[in-house]
Amino acid sequence: MLGRTANGLFWMFRYLERAENTARLLDAGLRMALTRDLVTAEEEWRSVIATAGQQPGYEAKHGSYTGMQTWNYMLRDKDNPASILSMFGQVRQNARLARNAISGELWEAINENWLQIKDQLKRPVPENRVLDTVATIRRAGTLAHGAMEGSMLRDEGYHFAQAGAYIERGDSVARILDIKYYLLLPSLSYVGSSLDTGQWDQVLRSVSGDRAYRWLNAGQIDARGICEFLILDDCFPRSLAFCHAELRKNLAALARLHGGEGDSNALMREADMHLSDMTIDQVFDQGLHEFLIDFMSRNAAIGNAIAQDYRFLA
Amino acid sequence: MTGNAEFFDEMHRAEGGVRDAYDKYCDWFEEQKTSLLKRKHAEAETNFRKTGITFNVYGEDEAEERLIPFDMVPRIITAAEWRKLTRGIEQRVSALNAFMHDLYHRQEIIRAGRIPERLFRNNAAWLPHMVGFTPPGGVYTHIVGIDLVRTGPDEFYVLEDNARTPSGVSYMLENRETMMAMFPELFMRVPVEQVSDYPRRLAKSLAACAPDCTEGKPTVAVLTPGIYNSAYFEHAFLADQMGAELIEGSDLRVMNGRVAMRTTSGFQPLDVIYRRVDDEFLDPLTFNEDSVLGVPGIMDVYRAGGVTIANAPGTGVADDKAIYSFMPEIVEFYTGEKPLLPNVETHRCADEDTLKYVLDNLEELVVKEVHGSGGYGMLIGPAASKKELDEFRKKLVDKPENYIAQPTLSLSTCPIFTKKGLAPRHVDLRPFVLVSPDKVDITPGGLTRVALKEGSLVVNSSQGGGTKDTWVLKD
Repeated sequence: MLGRTANGLFWMFRYLERAENTARLLDAGLRMALTRDLVTAEEEWRSVIATAGQQPGYEAKHGSYTGMQTWNYMLRDKDNPASILSMFGQVRQNARLARNAISGELWEAINENWLQIKDQLKRPVPENRVLDTVATIRRAGTLAHGAMEGSMLRDEGYHFAQAGAYIERGDSVARILDIKYYLLLPSLSYVGSSLDTGQWDQVLRSVSGDRAYRWLNAGQIDARGICEFLILDDCFPRSLAFCHAELRKNLAALARLHGGEGDSNALMREADMHLSDMTIDQVFDQGLHEFLIDFMSRNAAIGNAIAQDYRFLA
Repeated sequence: MTGNAEFFDEMHRAEGGVRDAYDKYCDWFEEQKTSLLKRKHAEAETNFRKTGITFNVYGEDEAEERLIPFDMVPRIITAAEWRKLTRGIEQRVSALNAFMHDLYHRQEIIRAGRIPERLFRNNAAWLPHMVGFTPPGGVYTHIVGIDLVRTGPDEFYVLEDNARTPSGVSYMLENRETMMAMFPELFMRVPVEQVSDYPRRLAKSLAACAPDCTEGKPTVAVLTPGIYNSAYFEHAFLADQMGAELIEGSDLRVMNGRVAMRTTSGFQPLDVIYRRVDDEFLDPLTFNEDSVLGVPGIMDVYRAGGVTIANAPGTGVADDKAIYSFMPEIVEFYTGEKPLLPNVETHRCADEDTLKYVLDNLEELVVKEVHGSGGYGMLIGPAASKKELDEFRKKLVDKPENYIAQPTLSLSTCPIFTKKGLAPRHVDLRPFVLVSPDKVDITPGGLTRVALKEGSLVVNSSQGGGTKDTWVLKD
């Protein structure tokens, strides 16, 4: 496979994951805002924008946080390179680049959804349509992943795509946790104290983990439990541990297909050693913020090493 | 409905009734509810959008991808008509290939005085780099699109030979896919030759032209100018269907006398490059030094036999309309036979008497630029305003050698589906021809282009043309 094509597949799935995660954040924010008074709702929207890492761009343009203004910025603002419209455009652009490395079913899933999303985001999205729009975007991700599972050859292309998705997912979950944690627990003494369950529910919702967490913990909500779940639970498909376990499999497969390991495999092993046998107490001892920053930088380094190892760029 | 006596109607006889080719189709059509057909007609566009069969339009930000309109009434050719056509096409393409070889070697045809030397000496498409060099397998024109027009029951003319990088084959394939998805029952009733194996035939034909240095199974790749090219969809589509890599200039470099592509496990040599990049952009060292679409040094590798480039550089000479006017002589010279497919009568304005004739009869003629393409820079006399005619008179007097003139042909019509029912529109036909060292292979069918505007004779997609599925019936 061409290095350029591998690059296209990798970024196609990174952008898809990023667009999906932004849609999840929005979804969680919307539900939250519905249960708040106007003043608190403004705080909620500020927090949603901050969590998405879009605060500087947003504040350069707008002086206040109102729901419609916020979600339209995240969904479709032309000045926002991280808007869902722009990211899904990148998904499709990369799919076009890698067109002969993806199955027809996957291409059509991407292309059809792109047409639909573009259409839905042609004009500002009003209150009564925003949930539908967010649902469309999440469904687009589901369809793309489904088409890939069911129709793509398990050759290197598949593993580049998956590696892109898991690197992006790990990064996104770590970032949400990092930002939210600071907003929710101004000091460590709050760990274990009674919490604003609505806020934590929002964190769980924004990674589609609310139902799974409730199921596992019988409704018990506490900071330690949620952090353990999102960082270490190897059954939850969006936990950091799960993302790295999958990434490890993809990298091992790539090394096998290319007849040898590269820097990415070495970095992966280091990250594994760091994460395995880790308990949630050790995470808190190290400092959650420090732990998450360390995770994100290792994750990013693995991504860069993949690009190097497999000649993504000339 | 009866045919219009002025033009040959491919579906209806002038005296009433349906021609044999459309017999079974029309039976089926009669049984269909108009409301259902209208719904299907609307669905067709959605299907094309979904599969992404679009072409890019330069300089348009929002609507950067366009669809070529598709008409759901097939254009139908009988097995007997097709057999006759294929013999003519085979003869013409073989002659073209022999002509290319001769032009870049001994130039017997010029020595014999059958065509004048100035024709290619002044021709920008003629490449001195090809002189004395024979491409692998002796094949110059690996893929040819022959544009045909019909004027009567048994009258087909060649309008143009596309010997550079003919496009449109993806529409031939996707039009059929769409028709089969829309009307599966129709294909159960009418036996139609399949076109879907074109990519396999193309892959096979290209592999058969691999250079001698090829080790094992030839590696074939499609070279595209990139994602913003108007035909990018087709390049990606063909690469995908052939199971070949889709490469850009930036993926390639010359290494150890071969052209190699940057793969995830290092550089790997390529054997055959199906390039959809024009000659002048192929090699910045040899041609346009500003080109970023090509590969520096590829022409040296090519001339040393390290890679096959399809079509061969320098084949554009045959696209030239002045050369076209000599095709009957060319066919006869290399095959020793009379041409089976006639040319459209062509007046070369370079000749003084001819120029006078053309100027006197401009209202009835079609005037084309010798090096033009895509329907641009041409005058259709009967449809032109007085101002346009005057402008062209000046141009002709100014640079007569730049123009040829042809009679306005009575292009045949084939019905299209409109809101008011079937309505005749003018059509042409581009069959796709593959040439390998031992074979000329023609896929039964091709691309039918149709002028959607009533009365219009211009079928180019850039000027309001659409396409139709083209059926060759089984015997």
